[in-house]
Amino acid sequence: MAAPPSAIEQPAPSQTGTGSDIVVFEDVSIAFDEKQVLEGISFRLAKGETKAIFGVAGAGKSTILKLAMGLIKPDTGHIYVLGDDVTQMREDELFELRRKIGMVFQESALFDSLTVRENVAFRLLEEGDVSEDQVEAPVREALSFVELENTIDKFPSELSGGMRRRVAIARAIITHPEVLLYDSPTGGLDPVTSTTIIQLIVKQRDVYKTSSLLVTHRLQDAFIMATHYFDRKANEMRPLPPGARGEVPMAFLILRDGKVIFDGDARELAQSKDEYIKEYIS
Amino acid sequence: MELISPTEFVKDTVQTLQDYSLLAVQSVANVFRYPRYFADILQQADLIGVGSLPIVVLTGFFTGAVLALNSSSTLQRFGSLSLLGQLVSVGMVRELGPVLTGLMVAGRNSSGMASELGSMVVTEQIDAMRALGTDPMKKLVTPRVVSTVFMLFFLTIISDLLGLVGGGAVAQGLLGMNSHEYWSTAWQILQFQDVFMGLVKPLLFGFIISTVGCYYGISARGGTQGVGRATTQAVVASSVFILLVDFFATKFLMAIFGYR
Repeated sequence: MAAPPSAIEQPAPSQTGTGSDIVVFEDVSIAFDEKQVLEGISFRLAKGETKAIFGVAGAGKSTILKLAMGLIKPDTGHIYVLGDDVTQMREDELFELRRKIGMVFQESALFDSLTVRENVAFRLLEEGDVSEDQVEAPVREALSFVELENTIDKFPSELSGGMRRRVAIARAIITHPEVLLYDSPTGGLDPVTSTTIIQLIVKQRDVYKTSSLLVTHRLQDAFIMATHYFDRKANEMRPLPPGARGEVPMAFLILRDGKVIFDGDARELAQSKDEYIKEYIS
Repeated sequence: MELISPTEFVKDTVQTLQDYSLLAVQSVANVFRYPRYFADILQQADLIGVGSLPIVVLTGFFTGAVLALNSSSTLQRFGSLSLLGQLVSVGMVRELGPVLTGLMVAGRNSSGMASELGSMVVTEQIDAMRALGTDPMKKLVTPRVVSTVFMLFFLTIISDLLGLVGGGAVAQGLLGMNSHEYWSTAWQILQFQDVFMGLVKPLLFGFIISTVGCYYGISARGGTQGVGRATTQAVVASSVFILLVDFFATKFLMAIFGYR
């Protein structure tokens, strides 16, 4: 299968270079109960890039993230994450790799019997022989990143949906992973909360330069990400100046019937002649 | 009710047995692997052991009492009421103590494990745990297996003792037997093989309760309805499994000790 077209313009890294590719899907197929969900899909995520994945419900968007994380195995094809072929790795080898990846689940998937502090600190406490006192500072730092320091002693059930997503982001970023996988982080949230979440994702992209895959139904979220940058001085997301579109490492990938029908940047997406894509983005 | 083809049924059954066997083997193998979750083991021991104490105490006491009550009329008919202590002692230690404690703990904890882990599965908490680099088998399953095996052993001893106390209360209070006679015969009849048989069984039953409960929890699918189904299946399967294993373990141990 031919390599997909270049995803974004400079300064985004080249997609053809193997050294800068953080995630590579090569001819990946998977079926559930005889229903073909993904059929020979290939794409690359370059270092520092954020790639938004679109598709109708059941198109296999979340499956892509679970495959990248090694939570499920494809029927055919290879998936390279940070240079390792996750399709060939045993579960105990995958645990090592997963420590370099952060994932935000669709419904947050916070541990409901643990407090926010314990949820966010989970990875640190599991990784090393550290006390709860030693993880206090990084936990507070991660929670202040998502502006939820005041919820540290609460249980997930005491938080709103948007707050839970933000805690899930704090849990995912606490170890500063090299790759972040967001599964519908704004799904079911009101516009204001969605913008807050998107701002956090843009902040993570522009401040920490973390590569990420973002699954979403909301095209407007991805367009905001493609047209905004995070201003560190003002500590807020701002629109890119006119003519600077494409200056942020943002790409789009659209799935249809288990196949990739588009892989490119915002400008290419807007100029696409494909009827389905035109209808999708209208 | 949905009809399943015989081929699918056989495939599903073999798959279930294979998955359960893998979980059971891994839960034991993880005891010898790092990391070990001592805090989780202690927490589960408290939940399973201390939490089950009231029902085990009540079950043991009243089983011993009713065993004495039921047996007394038959023994009196043959003028052998003095054997009551022996009957209660052997019955409780070899059979009723381990089995009834196992069944009570299965009803309480196998279902608890299945519902807790099942809820974690359907809310993606298990996937989240794997994504955070933690093996749910080591963190969730092995501590439950270790705690259940360990605590059921001691719960059975408590149940046996309370059964003897219950039998003694009936013997003394309702049948007018001499307390010393009851306890001395109850004590003297017990041989090493009786106690051994009675203490091996809780180890097997504890393993069954925890692995079956965890298996149905981990393999729960289909939202809250699936969790409910897993909970019911866990109790039914672990109870049936306990009774089956009890028969074969008894037969095996009797053969070893030369019982006829």
